[in-house]
Amino acid sequence: MVKNEGVVPAIRVRDLRVIRGGRTVIPGLTLDIPRGQVVGLLGPSGCGKTTLMRCVVGVQKIASGDVRVLDLPAGGPELRHRVGYLTQAPSVYGDLTIEENLRYFAAVVGTPRKAVGDEVARVVDLVSLADHAGSRVDTLSGGQRSRVSLAAALVGTPEVLVLDEPTVGLDPVLRRDLWDIFHRLAEGGVTLLISSHVMDEAVRCDHILLMRAGLMLADGTLAEVLGATGAKDAEQAFLTLVDRANAAAAAAGAASAGTPADHVPDPVSSKEATR
Amino acid sequence: MSPRLTLATAARVLGQIRHDRRTIALLLIVPCVLLGLGAWIFADTKTMAGGNLFDQIGGPLLGIFPFVVIFLVTSIATLRERQSGTLERLLTLPLGKGDLIAGYAIAFGVVAAVQATVACGFAVYVLGLDVRGPVWLLLVVAVMDALLGSALGLFVSAFAVTEFQAVQFMPAFVLPQFLLCGLFGPRDELPEGLRQFSDLLPLSYAVDAMTTITTKADATGDVLLDMLVVLGFVVAGVVLGAATLRRRTP
Repeated sequence: MVKNEGVVPAIRVRDLRVIRGGRTVIPGLTLDIPRGQVVGLLGPSGCGKTTLMRCVVGVQKIASGDVRVLDLPAGGPELRHRVGYLTQAPSVYGDLTIEENLRYFAAVVGTPRKAVGDEVARVVDLVSLADHAGSRVDTLSGGQRSRVSLAAALVGTPEVLVLDEPTVGLDPVLRRDLWDIFHRLAEGGVTLLISSHVMDEAVRCDHILLMRAGLMLADGTLAEVLGATGAKDAEQAFLTLVDRANAAAAAAGAASAGTPADHVPDPVSSKEATR
Repeated sequence: MSPRLTLATAARVLGQIRHDRRTIALLLIVPCVLLGLGAWIFADTKTMAGGNLFDQIGGPLLGIFPFVVIFLVTSIATLRERQSGTLERLLTLPLGKGDLIAGYAIAFGVVAAVQATVACGFAVYVLGLDVRGPVWLLLVVAVMDALLGSALGLFVSAFAVTEFQAVQFMPAFVLPQFLLCGLFGPRDELPEGLRQFSDLLPLSYAVDAMTTITTKADATGDVLLDMLVVLGFVVAGVVLGAATLRRRTP
């Protein structure tokens, strides 16, 4: 059906609107995420990163719009062994050992019975926890626990990895090692959507998405975004884009009084940014 | 659903219980202590027919313990799964909702079988509970009662958002059944209306079965009928439990 696999984006979002607890979290988002890249989803906490990720893995109720992953409806049964998801809070069983946790998740994603042992050893090694494989998860430190959770998402080598703040609270060496792993996975064709509220992580990504109030302020490589804003780094680019958006909102607000100032309108600047 | 995923889930839940030594000790010892207490309270109390009162309530108690305990354990366990985020992760993976619910039911069925073996053995061989019917049937009914507790626990935990709520479901769902199941006097003697209501409650059938085994030598036929009703409730609980599990949440 698909003539050229490379043309179909790994993740395709069209006019996505999400309302949580009566509040519009994502007011209408359209987005394409290319395959085989490390894509950073950057923005302050509360901007809708987790909600967008939940839409991509198909556990978020959406008000309208369409989300497709690998050209299939997000969250569909055909996708569940092809997409790995790391929730922001570590989601593993505290009362089991690392190994028991991973053996279970390996079985769930359909790893052949005989290969379970090797697969568990592989992912434990990837997140540098081989020395602790027999330890109960609730005896580990917070950073170790989140690495167990990451290992569980890596089991079975999914084609798309949706990782919600995987490097938060880790020491710099481990963080560098994890980003190396992410890039190696991407070289192997895996698409990674990785969120962070730390703008500095932009330099580690092939492609960045700057998000604010449920909308993308920018969508492109770091160089493109910096070029379009004249900024030195991602944080400054973000501030420049927010200022522009606010100025645009103020101008629109002057035209039709009463528009809430913190509601970011259709970001004209994102078009500029990708140019 | 797939047998491998169901069994993997059951093994995982059992693994969690296995690491919790104190829970295992409580599961096995508390019923014995309570049964012993019951036997002691009624040590000198004779029924009107001249029998020992413990022989009358011992059977129902053996049916009620696994039901209550497993109900509580199941609803807390599934609530924890929800709150730890592992449920959200599992629902993005190729695990069927039925695999998860059935996995839980099987794991707690195994726990109940062990608990029931210890409790029944203690009641019959240490406390001298008089059982007219076959003793193995006591075990079968006790395991069925535990499955009933597990199925209802799975179902109602879907409606609990906090631990406080989950614990409140115990008096809300279990105590009325406890009062009306026949432990405090034969169900036939309940006021009109209340008796019919007790016919709708699953625990009534579980306790009827236990009473039949302890009082009748040829119990198997009646007990099987009661067990069919209990099985119906188990299946309904599991199906409703799976149906109320939502992959997409607000």
